[in-house]
Amino acid sequence: MNQALVANPRLAAQSHFRTLRLGTPFQPRLDALAKTTDWYNWAGYRAPHSLWDEELEYFAIRSQCALFDISPMTKYRIEGPEAEAFCNKVTLRDVTKLKPGRVHYTAWCDDEGFVLDDGTLFRLSRTRFRLCSQERHLPWLLDSAIGFDVAIEEETEAVAGLALQGPTAFACLRAAGFAGLEKLKVFDLAEFPHEGGTVTISRTGFTGDLGYELFAERKLALSLWDRLMQAGEPHGIRAIGYTALNRARLEAGLIVANADFVTAEHAVRSNRTRMPDEIGLGFMIDPAKGHFNGRRAILEARAKKRLRHVLVGLEIDGNVPAEHAIVYHRKNREVGLVSAAMWSPMAKKNIAIASLDLPYGDTVTDDLWVEIYAMRELKYERLMKRTKVVPRPFIKLDRRTANPPADF
Amino acid sequence: MTSSDRTAWDAIVVGGGHNGLVCAGLLVKSGRKVLVLEAASEAGGPARTEEFFPGFRVSTAHALNRLHPDVVRALELEKHGLDLSGSTPTPNPSPHGGGGLGGVGTSNPVETARTESPSPLRGRVRGGGIFAPSIALSHDGNPLVLHGAYGEALTGATASEQAAWKNLRAQLLRYAGVLKPFLSRRPPELGGGSFGDMAALGQAALAVKRLGREDMRDFLRVLLMNVHDLLDEQLTDDRLKGLLAFDAVLGSHLGPRSPTSLLGLYYRLTGEIGGAPGAQIVPRGGMGAMAAALRSAAERAGAAIRTDAIVSKILVENGRAVGIALANEEVIRADKIVSAINPAPTFLALVGAPHLDTGFVRKVKNIRMKGAVAKLHLALDGVPGFAAVEQADLHGRLVIAPSADHVERAFNPAKYGEFSPEPVMEITLPSLADPALAPAGGCVLSANVQYAPYALKEGWDAGKPKFLAAVMAQLEAYTPGIGGLVRHAELLTPADIEARYRMPGGHWHHGELQADQMLFSRPVSGWSGYDTPIEGLFLAGAGSHPGGGISGAPGMNAAKRVMERR
Repeated sequence: MNQALVANPRLAAQSHFRTLRLGTPFQPRLDALAKTTDWYNWAGYRAPHSLWDEELEYFAIRSQCALFDISPMTKYRIEGPEAEAFCNKVTLRDVTKLKPGRVHYTAWCDDEGFVLDDGTLFRLSRTRFRLCSQERHLPWLLDSAIGFDVAIEEETEAVAGLALQGPTAFACLRAAGFAGLEKLKVFDLAEFPHEGGTVTISRTGFTGDLGYELFAERKLALSLWDRLMQAGEPHGIRAIGYTALNRARLEAGLIVANADFVTAEHAVRSNRTRMPDEIGLGFMIDPAKGHFNGRRAILEARAKKRLRHVLVGLEIDGNVPAEHAIVYHRKNREVGLVSAAMWSPMAKKNIAIASLDLPYGDTVTDDLWVEIYAMRELKYERLMKRTKVVPRPFIKLDRRTANPPADF
Repeated sequence: MTSSDRTAWDAIVVGGGHNGLVCAGLLVKSGRKVLVLEAASEAGGPARTEEFFPGFRVSTAHALNRLHPDVVRALELEKHGLDLSGSTPTPNPSPHGGGGLGGVGTSNPVETARTESPSPLRGRVRGGGIFAPSIALSHDGNPLVLHGAYGEALTGATASEQAAWKNLRAQLLRYAGVLKPFLSRRPPELGGGSFGDMAALGQAALAVKRLGREDMRDFLRVLLMNVHDLLDEQLTDDRLKGLLAFDAVLGSHLGPRSPTSLLGLYYRLTGEIGGAPGAQIVPRGGMGAMAAALRSAAERAGAAIRTDAIVSKILVENGRAVGIALANEEVIRADKIVSAINPAPTFLALVGAPHLDTGFVRKVKNIRMKGAVAKLHLALDGVPGFAAVEQADLHGRLVIAPSADHVERAFNPAKYGEFSPEPVMEITLPSLADPALAPAGGCVLSANVQYAPYALKEGWDAGKPKFLAAVMAQLEAYTPGIGGLVRHAELLTPADIEARYRMPGGHWHHGELQADQMLFSRPVSGWSGYDTPIEGLFLAGAGSHPGGGISGAPGMNAAKRVMERR
């Protein structure tokens, strides 16, 4: 370690960039399955876009169960007598309402009320949390911790994570011997024994389907993978890459930081930052819960009607995905942009998530169009398709929340 | 826990330093019920007078050079015992010392000085007192004296240097004059500023324009220069350059060659006393009389002042300040809370970071405020003599800064956490203005000594005796035999000043007064206008615009802001 690192513990605590494209704890297993060798960089880790076939990987989520390596997701361990108060200051939702053994989806903002990231907050005990996010935030979290009796540590490297999603996910885990798992309702979590250690399993996911997320110490990673793959074999378990997951999340209407909105620390242009209300996260804001970062700015923006954008779900005529298409009002006035789009095999609709400039998408929702440039053998065909604003999620699967979860 | 009637106080002012008293006085005069809470047993902050050895008393702030005229007027301080005429020279005034009567640029200044005919400079003599001169001491017994208001007359220099000084002085005051209107108002906000902000900037632009084309260009050229280069351009006398360089960097962690060091001199020259820009006085009755006048003005108007009242918490409910809690757990509620203490403890200790946005906390933590000035108090058995300094000039400010290079060399070790082995300093003898400060035959010497970095590498426990020895050696060179007169020496390092006055870093500006911490960046960007992210909580101390020194300007501006926010 060089001298600067010794002198600055904060630098030393952020070593993720020292090796470009780290392997995850599951790398040997992924490498063995990666027939397409279609890798991308997920927060400094080598992650697969696909392993063998995008289409079939997607259908593994919807009709079998799909195993997805979420180890690269940034994870912070937050622990101490004032961990709850700390999380309540940093994030938008009321953490005092999050009981131990529960998870909630939340987001956090800078002083100006612009969203820094969204993520999930796991309450592992009264005094211990795990915050999972897209971007890295250690300096922000440490500075936010001033005045709180709390310790914060990045545990992305130390903790391996898997998502197991799909209708047979529960059957697969039950077959793997995780006794009592059926008690978990959506957003519950519990610990289960594995190889002399524990694995934390939560009924959460990013697919809108029945599914679970599993976290374990790095050294338990490979044995956990093998346990699931072995037990899941008769239940159709398949390892998948991000492209398939990305489709499932779009059907579920979920947004991705720095894909569907630009996080405040990434935005270079001042008008690209977004307040929670502007990306559909206004429901998280709880003015009554006490101080949280950005509270003043958010409430002021609401009071002074300074919100400029809205994030909406769209249904678009036809079947050509409208990825990054411009949205028009009356075919001529540019009012927004599609950030994610696909033909949804589940909804049987052409769906999209878009950011629109207010009042479009809010009070003005008629006569909206998207302009799709479809490449047809080296020639763009320009399609102007009618679209309408629809509520998210685009699909709602009863099996996601069914209790007990379906067994196969 | 007890709780006072929640409607009893319109405002609580935390901190009874001079800014707190000014703010309280003005708020009371506007018809509000105001309570001032002072942690020490006496109000006044570093301007209060304290006994440092039996029979010997002194104030840490030892001269007045910028008490804002609007403060004096609004609080009618002169009615409350403030005598801005300064000290009366003892009998046997020197021909040079007569209130800046020396002619400038004449071939025989002494001759001119003797003239008894009315001169424009007569106006500088007020109420029988005079502005305190500044004496640039020299080893070889050839001091140079700036008389009147910051050297209206200069003696001890060559005729050509006097002429050069006359030009430079006029130029400095002209340029400082452009900046002066900013002292008494909220700093303009960049972007989203109000009409008033734009008007203020417009007025400043107009003032620059009014300088004329050449002068305007020169104003902009020199604005962010270092003082050393500017002095080299225009002067030749090392003593004069040393004095000006010293004044520019006094109270800052800057050397004369540090970029923007000229701003410090501008700041000094935006001050005025009795309408005379740049003037300084040691007030009659000492600085304690000034603090007493402030206190009296506030109290007579109806402010309640509680001393020995240590505020431990500012109570925040739903994003709004609603009161304070004292160290004894007593709770006092008020409609508005005004913190006239340093911004860092205001937010980090009294409000608490949990009530504040993280970005704001970061900014507050990043305010640079490590003091570099130590304060020396000597209880002497007699008035020390300084070679060739007239008796009358001993009422003034005696500066040991033999050249700008010397000041720069004194600064060098401070960059690396060491004190200056040959420190620079400004000395006053307050007991000459107020004989009550010392027993008969005794004398008090008060000196601001630079550079004494707050975070001394070896620690002040080990470093203080060594630094005191260096300071005394330096003094001995200019007033031989002073060691024999010393009955007691008290040296306050920045760490001591911090502890005694609750001034973080022992920094008398409550935050470095450098370009990046001025105007809309003071105390932090986005919150420069005395408001804070906590509704109902205001700042009124030197950590806010315009900065430190005994001006009362932050307290006055804050009071105006509080009144605007009904």
